Amino acid sequence: MSTTSSITPCRKPLSGTSFIGLENSIVNELVRVLFVSSTSTIRNTLVQPIHGTTFVAIVISDVSYISPAQLNIERVYEQNRLIAQKKDASGALESAPVPAAATQGKPRLLLMGQRRSGKSSISSVVFHKMPPNETLFLESTARVQKDSMHSFMDFQVWDFPGQVDFLDPTFDLDAIFGEIGALIWVIDAQDDYLEAINRLNSTILNLQPTYPNINIEVFIHKVDGLSDDYKLDIQRDIMQRIQDELSDHGVENAPINFHLTSIYNHSIFEAFSKVIQKLIPHLPTLEALLNDLCRSCRFEKAYLFDVLSKIYIATDSSPVDMPSYEICSDYIDVIVDVAEIYGWPRSDEYIESLEGEPWNKKLEDQVACLDAESAIVLTDMKRPIMLREVNKYLALVAIMREGSFEKMPLVTMNVETVADGLTKVFEITKQRNMVS
Amino acid sequence: MENLSLQDDIPANEPRKQRKKKVLLMGKSGSGKSSMRSIIFSNYVAKDTRRLGATIDVDLSHVKFLGNLTLNLWDCGGQDAFMENYLSQQRQHVFSNVGVLIYVFDIESRDFDRDLLTYRSIIGALSQFSSTASVYILIHKMDLVVPTKREDIYNDRVDQVQAKSDAFEITPFATSIWDQSLYKAWAEIIHDLVPNLDQIEKHLGSLGKIISAEEILLFERSSFLVVSSWTSTIGGMNPTTDRFERLSNIVKTFKQSTSRYTGTPKSAEQFCHFELKMKNFSLFIVKFTTNTYLLVALPPGETRFNSALENVKIARKEFEDLDSPAKKGADRGATCTAANEA
Ligand SMILES: Nc1nc2c(ncn2[C@@H]2O[C@H](COP(=O)(O)OP(=O)(O)OP(=O)(O)O)[C@@H](O)[C@H]2O)c(=O)[nH]1
Ligand SMILES: Nc1nc2c(ncn2[C@@H]2O[C@H](COP(=O)(O)OP(=O)(O)OP(=O)(O)O)[C@@H](O)[C@H]2O)c(=O)[nH]1
Ligand SMILES: [Mg+2]
Ligand SMILES: [Mg+2]
Repeated sequence: MSTTSSITPCRKPLSGTSFIGLENSIVNELVRVLFVSSTSTIRNTLVQPIHGTTFVAIVISDVSYISPAQLNIERVYEQNRLIAQKKDASGALESAPVPAAATQGKPRLLLMGQRRSGKSSISSVVFHKMPPNETLFLESTARVQKDSMHSFMDFQVWDFPGQVDFLDPTFDLDAIFGEIGALIWVIDAQDDYLEAINRLNSTILNLQPTYPNINIEVFIHKVDGLSDDYKLDIQRDIMQRIQDELSDHGVENAPINFHLTSIYNHSIFEAFSKVIQKLIPHLPTLEALLNDLCRSCRFEKAYLFDVLSKIYIATDSSPVDMPSYEICSDYIDVIVDVAEIYGWPRSDEYIESLEGEPWNKKLEDQVACLDAESAIVLTDMKRPIMLREVNKYLALVAIMREGSFEKMPLVTMNVETVADGLTKVFEITKQRNMVS
Repeated sequence: MENLSLQDDIPANEPRKQRKKKVLLMGKSGSGKSSMRSIIFSNYVAKDTRRLGATIDVDLSHVKFLGNLTLNLWDCGGQDAFMENYLSQQRQHVFSNVGVLIYVFDIESRDFDRDLLTYRSIIGALSQFSSTASVYILIHKMDLVVPTKREDIYNDRVDQVQAKSDAFEITPFATSIWDQSLYKAWAEIIHDLVPNLDQIEKHLGSLGKIISAEEILLFERSSFLVVSSWTSTIGGMNPTTDRFERLSNIVKTFKQSTSRYTGTPKSAEQFCHFELKMKNFSLFIVKFTTNTYLLVALPPGETRFNSALENVKIARKEFEDLDSPAKKGADRGATCTAANEA
């Protein structure tokens, strides 16, 4: 898909329809307020469509809060600072390297757990598009596999060998856990999991004193083929065992989350979506933009997807249901596959001929939008699903209300505005990361 | 799909005989005949076929297709006892009036020589009762062969089969239910069966030129096989040469998702309009005539896109008559002329 580029919309609303929705300036304002102000003041923009009239209502309320992710990242920075200070204080001149600027803001996801629990499979399926059944041929991991992901946000995935005891004192703990975004502990639910839990417990207890703020995400994995009741039983049992052990050692309320996952369905992508969302500092802004969009365009549900991994990095605040996530995710597959078939480069002569008579216009002026746009209308209840590329990495996918395809020109304009807003959010964050 | 007994199949005096072609699907038991049929015509996915039991005698299905064609598909159970029966007692009943024989060879078969012997007898019966039938050979389950060896093994099998085919000119395909190769084979088979096809192709061509399309594909509604196509000179430079079968596969796979999402049966229509606008091309797939969907790939541009969509709507009426000629009544003629003038 194409990279971001300036957009010159030449699409005109159909005659007789009026334009309802967000105005560019409002989004700009929203973005400016959010990211320039150091106090993290959120201004809520509400846009209310009213039939037949152009009506934009803005309610600005001063709600001051910090997102859990911001909090989390700030804590991690603080933690790093303290550790660095401690080492400085101990007098060593060749003190711990201050985290290099290059790795700043590049959260790290650590995949740990017993051998054959499925760590490499997860990383291959989610980040390298490996078909699930091909993971059968994966070999046991011998050394830490570090993958750098350059996407809407740069992050790293570290796939550990199952049997490595990284609590061994010869390991530089700080090199592993210093820049961490999340520790993902994979447990094979189809196997005996007591040993896995014991190791997880001792890992948590070891890390707690130095790194109390690490997000621990437990993937109760390979739940395909298990009945729903059994899954929940296992989850309850595992949670209980971890909680008991930790509180025996005086550790309460450690940040641990549980996910039921399998590489054979969308659950692994959903779980990753939730893990990654905690690392996005501007999540509330994204959510606010998506909420506005859903309201102004009467969408049932909107997701912002990382196209490559099909992780959703934000959604509006209505509850996430697996079916709507799945259909949107499968829709991205269709677009990517069709684009691959017809997106081949055309010759210069041909393009020139397309720009000649009777058009006499550059191709980029003939299109309404330089990014990919798509829609499909389901026969059932005439429900449309729409997709809009936001930048090289991100796409917005939304399920619309029944019969609303006729309003598409209007919807497209609103979406365009929000897509611009989203692009700006990411540009600003990128700049901010580079500065810090 | 009905499972009728053989005797009460064709009424004594079938009025439109040439339109009721018999398609025989034969081959050893377990070679994958019913699997293919279920994927192509009943919206199964590959892994659903593991549940299929062996076919008892013949499974008959009448698949309504465009051009008023009813595909009369005989999925013949391949166990030895059944095969012997087809060749003896039911010989005339099975092998007369055959339009197409699709013979499936299992690449994994341990006794290919024996498979060839059985094939030989089938060919004998066919030349006796339907000597003008077309014969398609599917070398199936290619996914089970290491990719590097596929071509050699395939060529070797095809040569041996050809040698046992008498006067029949065989059309061979390498197939697997695990990729789009299946769609390629079946699209070509169906292509040969649809009446009015040259006319449809001519019309697609003139439509394509009017709307300056790069490519137009006509899909059969339920199987989503490409039954007809037109490609411009530029469109022909597309490096993806297996795109027709890939598109069938993409759309059918997505229809599985929408069926799961909406809770409507897989056989239901699922979608009526799809559009995609990219920087260097635009494309739409729309519900076209009763039995078809139309895909149009175009250069980018909003005006071009909208006018193409309008033109397709106008052309729809004309194609509807080619799709279901029987429906053509007195009033239809008028509609047709109006469409021509437009
Ligand atoms: N049924 C099922 N099997 C899975 C799933 N995920 C992984 N597997 C299988 O589990 C096996 C081990 O997977 P790996 O990814 O190599 O395990 P690992 O944790 O990386 O193992 P080490 O590298 O030895 O630590 C493979 O055969 C996978 O096919 C799942 O969700 N469901
Ligand atoms: N690996 C592989 N397996 C296949 C393929 N096609 C079919 N199969 C499997 O082969 C098995 C038998 O398939 P059927 O379609 O029932 O075989 P059949 O030819 O109808 O057998 P009869 O009805 O007894 O004549 C099923 O388990 C399918 O899943 C293929 O392309 N590749
Ligand atoms: Mg591994
Ligand atoms: Mg069968």
